[in-house]
Amino acid sequence: MAQPAQHVVVLGAGTAGTIIVNKLRSRLPKEQWRITVVTKDDVHDYQPGYLFIAFGTNTPAQTRRSARQFLPEGVDVIVADVARVDAPAQTVHLTDGQELAYDQLVIATGTTPRPDQTPGMLGPDWHGRVGEFYTLDGAIALRGALEKFTGGRLVVHITELPIKCPVAPLEFAFLADDYFRGRGIRDKVEIVYVTPLDGAFTKPVASATLGHLLADKGIVVETDFMIEEVDQEAKLIRSYDEREIAYDQLVTVPLNMGADFVAESGLGDDLNYVPVDKHTNRSTAYDTIWALGDASDLPTSKAGSVAHFSVEIFVENFLDAIAGRPLTHSFDGHANCFVESGGGKALLLDFNYDTEPLTGMFPLPKIGPMSLLKESRANHLGKLAFRYVYWNALLPGHPIGLPAHMMMAGKIPAEPA
Amino acid sequence: MPTTTIAGHEVDVNDEGFLTKPEQWTEDLAPELAKLIGLTLTDAHWELIRFLRADYAVKGETATLRRASTQSGVPVKQLFALFPQKPAKKMAYVSGLPKPKGCV
Repeated sequence: MAQPAQHVVVLGAGTAGTIIVNKLRSRLPKEQWRITVVTKDDVHDYQPGYLFIAFGTNTPAQTRRSARQFLPEGVDVIVADVARVDAPAQTVHLTDGQELAYDQLVIATGTTPRPDQTPGMLGPDWHGRVGEFYTLDGAIALRGALEKFTGGRLVVHITELPIKCPVAPLEFAFLADDYFRGRGIRDKVEIVYVTPLDGAFTKPVASATLGHLLADKGIVVETDFMIEEVDQEAKLIRSYDEREIAYDQLVTVPLNMGADFVAESGLGDDLNYVPVDKHTNRSTAYDTIWALGDASDLPTSKAGSVAHFSVEIFVENFLDAIAGRPLTHSFDGHANCFVESGGGKALLLDFNYDTEPLTGMFPLPKIGPMSLLKESRANHLGKLAFRYVYWNALLPGHPIGLPAHMMMAGKIPAEPA
Repeated sequence: MPTTTIAGHEVDVNDEGFLTKPEQWTEDLAPELAKLIGLTLTDAHWELIRFLRADYAVKGETATLRRASTQSGVPVKQLFALFPQKPAKKMAYVSGLPKPKGCV
């Protein structure tokens, strides 16, 4: 059989890339379209699990799978690093010298913590007294550090926004409160939450709710803190405006950046994110390039739920584009985030570009079973169950009963903060 | 949206006092806006205000602190010295631009 005439190359096999490849393979005729996916390794982690690994409630084995096992038949898989994209020539250059000519390109290479970008962060205490939970190694190392922690000041710190899963550091603070309570040493631990924002979270209504929760749990919040350096010798972090916060254990979220090849290719913004139309995920510079998941500059949370919802819209628009039709679907920025709040409870946030997080029930209006913007046991169980849904339904591209667009039925706008 | 009069111009502002229509901003507004947050503008301030206005005209959104620093070449430390405590917000405020997003 002759080689298909058209070629779509997908860079990245994380949440977005994997769902895209699965959906496109079932929608694009094999005799017309070849699909190639480039992945840097054969690892696919369930990243929400990192948080639970740090507290010993998930195991590394529960969170790691082979990336290939989620990729469908009829797709070429290349394990390699991307050197650069020559967008005018529609060619991807891999670091091993291979070149891939494409008709359409999808960039889904995510965002990565970059501790090297903050002076002093990568010192001798890295992954010890200076911990993080955005990598599997970091989460495992942090579990060990927390086990050894017997009292003092725990500082949970965010370097700069945007970060992947912006609620995760809040969850970390809530679960740390719970964890030290469970060990009977909460009175010996001071928990400080340090953020560059002017409140607990990015969205005002949720920020107020989450801010109350922090206060209830005796967690001190230090706002507007732009870090200049970590001083590992003095065990403190220092801001540009000369504030110093001492720590006995630091848990930091390093600066997040998109892939370096994005910058090399001249396709990125200041943090290597690909500027896209926020309703279609199509590059604002090239009609043949799309960026999905954390790799894009969409003005909403960098989160798996956004990747999932935006991919559903993208697939329809992609089919329009290759058929020469105007794009018919529009993404609304829908994000849906579970926030573990400790004590076996969780909150659920549901918001989009234009609508602040709402109260009400989810996913079925008035029935739930999960409640929005309010702590409940059902939300916590929903979060735990999601790992199963992720591996078995979400990645393979099966419908999971959540609409891509935010629904207003049964939801009540929260009172302004 | 409330309106207010600054330097003889009627402008639309939000509840935090940021201009909601960047096109209503003119250079004579900047010193008055600066005064409202306790700043006296120097050439160094003006360099950044002009950068922010020009960048906004091209990008359609307010530069983040990182972008303002990398694109203008002014170190972040210096931005904190010029616009103390909350440089990104204060620069935007004086320049008549929306609060930078960067945070979603």
